[in-house]
Amino acid sequence: MTAWMKPVSAACLLALAACAQPPAPTAPQVVDPYANTGAGALYQGDLAGGTLGAEATAQYFSTQVGDTVLFGAEQATLGADARAILARQAEWLNRHQNFSAVLQGHAEETGTREYNLALGARRAGAVQEYLIAQGVAAGRIRTLSFGKERPAETCSDEACYAQNRRVVTVVSDSGAGS
Amino acid sequence: MLRHLTIALALGLTALPLAAPRAQAQDAPLRIEITDGVVEPMSIAIPAFHGDAEIAGRIRQVVADDLTGTGLFREIPSEAMIARPDSFDAAVAYDDWRAINAQALVAAEVTGAGEQISVKFRLFDVFAGQPQGDGMQFDARAADWRRAAHKIADQIYARLTGETPYFDSRVAFVQETGPKSARIKRIGVMDYDGANILWMTDSASLVLAPYFSPDGKSLLYTSFDSGFPQIRVMDVASVTSRPLTQGGDSMAFAPRYSPDGRWIAYSLEKGGDTDIWLMDSATGAQRPLTDSPSIETSPSFSPDGQRIVFESDRSGTPQLYVVGLDGGEPARISFGEGRYGAPAWSPKGDLIAYTRQLGERFHIGVMRVDGSDEKNLTESFLDEGPTWAPNGRVVMFTRVAPGGNGQPKLHSVDITGRNMRPLDLDFAASDPSWGPLMP
Repeated sequence: MTAWMKPVSAACLLALAACAQPPAPTAPQVVDPYANTGAGALYQGDLAGGTLGAEATAQYFSTQVGDTVLFGAEQATLGADARAILARQAEWLNRHQNFSAVLQGHAEETGTREYNLALGARRAGAVQEYLIAQGVAAGRIRTLSFGKERPAETCSDEACYAQNRRVVTVVSDSGAGS
Repeated sequence: MLRHLTIALALGLTALPLAAPRAQAQDAPLRIEITDGVVEPMSIAIPAFHGDAEIAGRIRQVVADDLTGTGLFREIPSEAMIARPDSFDAAVAYDDWRAINAQALVAAEVTGAGEQISVKFRLFDVFAGQPQGDGMQFDARAADWRRAAHKIADQIYARLTGETPYFDSRVAFVQETGPKSARIKRIGVMDYDGANILWMTDSASLVLAPYFSPDGKSLLYTSFDSGFPQIRVMDVASVTSRPLTQGGDSMAFAPRYSPDGRWIAYSLEKGGDTDIWLMDSATGAQRPLTDSPSIETSPSFSPDGQRIVFESDRSGTPQLYVVGLDGGEPARISFGEGRYGAPAWSPKGDLIAYTRQLGERFHIGVMRVDGSDEKNLTESFLDEGPTWAPNGRVVMFTRVAPGGNGQPKLHSVDITGRNMRPLDLDFAASDPSWGPLMP
């Protein structure tokens, strides 16, 4: 189980995003939010859950939508898992037009510094192309590569390398749009 | 004659006109061949320099360290010495030096006080019983005593190897501190042996891979200070920098000067595709040198400035290619197993050094410029980024230890691969760029 799979399933439930396998439809349950304690009715519902704009935050994007896609060694092609995450990212970006995104490409520590800078950029470019194809305006997305300078994991074996071959989408409220 | 240097010091060199008996026609000067892969170093006697014991002792030590650090020379311990010359001009007791098998002998004297010192030296071929070359005198500010020492060692090295020297030179590098996942990097400049460190950048923004200009006065480097990798140029004397490329929607990195300083070759990325571009360093005008959907990076000019070797994955894996400045189809020169990258064309023109990844291991290697006679010089978990000494006989590179706490260290190795040694620094460092021999 990799680190990014958890937010994926959470996003399926919470964000009604375009998930590969949506949860099986169930009959809506009517629940009385008030429990009778004898001393009066106690509200047990979730007021915070209904707050408007709760998902329009960078934190929601990174934890619930999923901000990271992974790549194979020396590769910049998007696998099925990556495309599923990017579809949710695009959907979120299309709903929150006031956000812009920086795509940060990364590479593992093997390979020369400058080639890895270019490889991180190639990965970020592949993500950018996919998001644009999903309807996100090109002007809202910038790319950047850190090459091997900012590993997520620091061990020197494949378990870490696999986590470091990545593109992280960092969103910020640009104040533009609606 | 006193030559004034731009780096705020005056280090003049003067051939001694005094009674240094000129070497007679030397049909076979004392000589050690670098390219043979020296098994038996030449024995050299460097007895105490005359003059003030403190400063003379320090200068003597730097001269000895320079020479023995090449692996080409073995210093004869002072306890073994029979002759004890009482002055710089005393007649050389050749028999006493022959008796302890000293092949070469250095005599030197440090004079002067306060701000100015003078160092004069002579070199002798002991078994021929004659001086090798003229005596010389170097006048320097006392603060520049190390440069005076390097100049003497350079003279001795050049006379005994027949190669151009490299000790009086500087290296730009990147200091690394902090955790591996959030490294703090800073560019510094130091003497080739790690002394006299000057900091060029603070630790505010990520900086990569400095590259010395041919005159040693400026550095090209890649900086993230705008948030996106762009190329800047740093004036070393004033420690001021300015951007050479501007963001927009592209990333610029891997800058290298041509040997005449006229051009800057670098990598420009657009929409995920990286090609090599040329910039006129005077006008800033830019044009693409390669145009391919693959990655092209890490350019390095040939000494005549007419060709560039670079790294490209157009064949599917990173390999080395050579292209003329006028464009045309790049020719692949690396055909061994594994991946090749970060090439550096020797200033001597005969070899290209590179980083090679073979399986799980990395090597620094050299090949002829047509790709023949490939040879690995080193092997480790991760060796990368060779840079040539000004004489094309030694390369410096980065060796990274594996693991979360693995640190990079600078190492040097000669082109025979026999003499590899770490640079003595008390911090982690990477991305060396060896500057020119100083005037």
